[in-house]
Amino acid sequence: MSLAYFLRRLLLAVPTLLGVAVIVFVLLRVVPGDPISMMIPPGASAADIENLRSLYGFDKSIPQQFALWIGDVMRGDLGVSISQRQDVMRLVASRLPATLELCLVAIVLAVASGVALGVAAVYWRRRWPEAIVDGFSGVGLAIPDFLWGLLFILILGVLIPILPVSGRLDPRLEFDAATPFYLFEALITGRLDIVGELLQHLILPALALALPLAAALARVIKTSLAEAMNQDYVMLARVKGYSRSRILWRVALRNALIPAVTLTGVQFTFLVGGTVLIETIFAYPGIGNLAIHAVVQRDLPLIQGLVLTFAVLFVAINLLVDATYSMLNPRVRVR
Amino acid sequence: MDIRPSRRDFFRTAGTLAAAAGLPASLLTSASAIAADAKVLTIAYHTALPSWDPTVTAVAVNPTVQSIYKSVFDTYIDQNPDLSFRPGLLTKWGWNADRTKIELEVRKGAFWHDGSPVTPEDVVWSLERAGDPKTGNPIQFVWGKIGNFKVDGQKITADVKEFEPTLFKWMAFLTAYVLPKKAYTAAGAQGWEDKPIGSGPYMVDKLEKGAYVRLKAFPKYWGPKPAFETVIFKFVTDPTARVAEIESGGSDLTLEIPYEEYNRLTKRKGFGGSAAPVSDVGMIFISNKEPMLDENVRLAMIHAVDKKAIVDKLLLGYGVPIDTLQAPQYAAFDKSITVKYDPNAAKALLAKSGYSTTKPVKFTIQTTRGYKPKDYEMIQAIVGMWRKVGIEANIETYEIAKHFELRARHELAPAAFYNWGNAIGDPATSTGFSMFSHSPHSAWRTEDVDKLIGPLWGEKDEAKRIAGYQVADRYIAEHGLVLPLLQYVQPVVYRKGLKFTPHIAGFVLPQNVTPA
Repeated sequence: MSLAYFLRRLLLAVPTLLGVAVIVFVLLRVVPGDPISMMIPPGASAADIENLRSLYGFDKSIPQQFALWIGDVMRGDLGVSISQRQDVMRLVASRLPATLELCLVAIVLAVASGVALGVAAVYWRRRWPEAIVDGFSGVGLAIPDFLWGLLFILILGVLIPILPVSGRLDPRLEFDAATPFYLFEALITGRLDIVGELLQHLILPALALALPLAAALARVIKTSLAEAMNQDYVMLARVKGYSRSRILWRVALRNALIPAVTLTGVQFTFLVGGTVLIETIFAYPGIGNLAIHAVVQRDLPLIQGLVLTFAVLFVAINLLVDATYSMLNPRVRVR
Repeated sequence: MDIRPSRRDFFRTAGTLAAAAGLPASLLTSASAIAADAKVLTIAYHTALPSWDPTVTAVAVNPTVQSIYKSVFDTYIDQNPDLSFRPGLLTKWGWNADRTKIELEVRKGAFWHDGSPVTPEDVVWSLERAGDPKTGNPIQFVWGKIGNFKVDGQKITADVKEFEPTLFKWMAFLTAYVLPKKAYTAAGAQGWEDKPIGSGPYMVDKLEKGAYVRLKAFPKYWGPKPAFETVIFKFVTDPTARVAEIESGGSDLTLEIPYEEYNRLTKRKGFGGSAAPVSDVGMIFISNKEPMLDENVRLAMIHAVDKKAIVDKLLLGYGVPIDTLQAPQYAAFDKSITVKYDPNAAKALLAKSGYSTTKPVKFTIQTTRGYKPKDYEMIQAIVGMWRKVGIEANIETYEIAKHFELRARHELAPAAFYNWGNAIGDPATSTGFSMFSHSPHSAWRTEDVDKLIGPLWGEKDEAKRIAGYQVADRYIAEHGLVLPLLQYVQPVVYRKGLKFTPHIAGFVLPQNVTPA
C-alpha cells in the first residue's frame, strides 16, 4: 500500500466518521428514552425539570446540540457523561485498552486455531480429522459468541472450576500498573505472575469471541487451500520434489490466505461488536461493558463517544486489512 | 462429598506439570489461586459503581449503588435494617417549635479516611452543595428547602425556607452523604473519582473501573469495628455470572439472582441464604383516561387479580401481596385497608357497565420485560385473569426509559406496570409522589385525590400527616385508582460460615455481614 493510497483512505475515513456521528446523534434523540425523564426526582416541579434540561443542554434544538457537540469533538472533547459526570474521553480511554487486549487475544486464538484446523482438514483430506474440522465449523458457526460464553462459565467456571468467570484481574492482587494496557505492561516488565493472572481472566471471554471466527476461518481456509492445491504452481512444486507439508505451508497457504484475510477483517469488526455482550457476561471492564451501562442509563454523550470509538476502530481495522491484503497479493497492490 | 477439583488443585497440578515441561510456572500459578481469606469478604454485586460522587451525579439517586456508598460514606442520619432511624454523623436532629428552624448536632470523634476530623463545617458544606441547583443534584428539591446555616461548636442551626416533613428521613437516604470539604475541593471533581474519602466503616483501597472496588476497614471508624479487613465488591451485572461467581467460590456473597437459582443454591451444602421483603413494590399505574374513567372497570380489574397465586406460582412464594402502596414496614401501613380477590364481584361490576366475557372492555397495558423478576410473565398472568371476567388487555412491552418518558409526559397507556421503591418508608415518597397530580410521576391525576394529598405536603403534625395518608390510601383503594400487586423479596446467597442481616431498604452492607 503506497503512502498516497494510505492517506487517501485516511481522508475517506473523515466523511465516514462524520456520517456515523450524524446518524448516532440524530438517532439517539429520536428513539424513545429521554435521559432527563430518567433523572426527574419525585418532587420535581416543571421548573426543576427545565433546569435539568438546560444543565445538560437538552433545551436547545437538535441542530444546535449537534453543532455544539461536533465542535467539541473536533477539539478532542467528547463531552461529559450524564450518569457519571466525568469526561467521556477519559472514561473511554480508561476502558479501551482492556477491550483491545481482549480482542487481540481473541483474534490470535481465532486465526491460529482457524488456520491450523483448515490446514489439518486439507492435509488429512477424506479422513477423520476433516470430519472433525467440518463438525467444529458447523457447531462454531451455529452457536453465537454469548452462548459460548455462558457455556464456558458453566463448564469451566462452575462444573470444573478452573478458571475465573469475571473481571480482568483478581481483586486481591497488588498490581499498580502505569498504563491501562495491563497485559503488555506485565509482559514488558517481566511480571509473569500478572501475565498468567490476566490470561486466566482473558481466556474464557476471548475463546467465546474467537470460536465463531475460528470456525468460519477454518472453513474458508479449507476451501481455498483445497483449490490452491490443484493449481499449476503447486504441481510445479510437486515436480520440483517439495515435501507435502512444505507445499501446503509454504506454497499453497500464502495464496489461500487471501480470502481468509478478507474474512478476518470483516469478522473482526463483528468480534469487536461482540465485546458488548461478552464483556457484560464476564464482567470484563472494557468499553463493551461501559456501552451497556451507557445505554441503560440513556447517557447520550457517553453512547455517542463510544459509538465514535467503535467507528474509529472499524475504520482502523479495515485499513489494516487492506494493507495486509496488498502485502499478500501483489496483484491488488495499488499505487 | 464434592469431588470436583478446585481452581487451587488445578493450578497446583498445572504448575507442577508446567515446571516439569520447562514452562514458566508463574504463568499458571498466579495470585488468584490463593485460597479465600477469612478476613476478606467478596461480594458479587449486581451493579457497577460509575462514580464516587454520591451527591450530585445521576447515579447518586440509583438505589442499587447505595450499599457501596454506605460502606464508604456516612449519611447525616443512619437507618436500622427495619427502616427505623438512628444517629449517623448527626447525633441529634430536630425542628424548633414552629418548624421554622432545624437544629443538628454533629458527632464528636468521627474522622475522615485521611485521618482529619469530621467537622460541622463539612456537614454544612455538604448540605449547601446538595442544595445548590447548579450541581444538578436530582434531590436538590429537598436540600434547597433549608439554608442560612450557623455553626456553634458541634451544633448547626438552619432556617427552613419551605417546610418539608420528610427532611430528616431524606437525611438517611439518596444524596444524603457527608463529604469532606477540604479534600473534595482540593481534589476537584475528576481527582475525587481517583481518591474518594469518606468517614464510613470502610475506606477505598483500589477501584478498577467497571470491574471491582476493594475496600479496607477504617481503623478510626466511630462505629462498631468492621468484621472484615478487606471487602471487595465485584461488579457482575449478569445474573448467570453472579450465580457462577458464588458457585465457583469466586465470591462469598451475591444478590438479585433468579428465585429458581436461589432455591437450588440454598438447598446445597455450603450455602446459606436470605430472602427478605424489601422496600420495593410492584404495581400497575392506572391513568385517568378511557376506559379507566369508569370506576366499575377499575375495581373489576383489581378484584380479578389473584395476587397470592402470582406470588406463589410465578415468584415461587418470594413476594408479599399488598393492597395499598404501603408495604407492612412503612410508616403509614394500615392493615385494615384490603381489596379482596373476587372474580365474581369483578364480573358483576363489569356487567353494570355493560361488559362481559363476550363483550369485553378493551385497553392496553404496558410493561417492561426482564427489568424486574418475572415482570412480563406477571402481566401475562394478570391479563389471563382479566380475560376470564370480561377484560381484554393488549400487552405492550417497552424499555424502562420509555416508561419514564411517557410517565413524565402523562402519556402512559391506561394501565402500566412499574416498581416503586421507598427506602425511607414514608407515605409521601410512595402514595404522595405516585398519586398527586402535580408530581411528574403520577398517572392518575384528579382533583379528588389532590384534595386528600395536597394539604399533607406541609402538615407539621406527624401523626396527622400519617393518618392523612392512610385516609388517602383508603380512598384510592375504594375507588380503584391504582393496582398494588406485591412487595418484592430480595434473594441473597452466601457461603456457609457467614451471617447476613437483611436490610428492608435492600442494602447489602458489609457492615451487616459477619463470620457466623
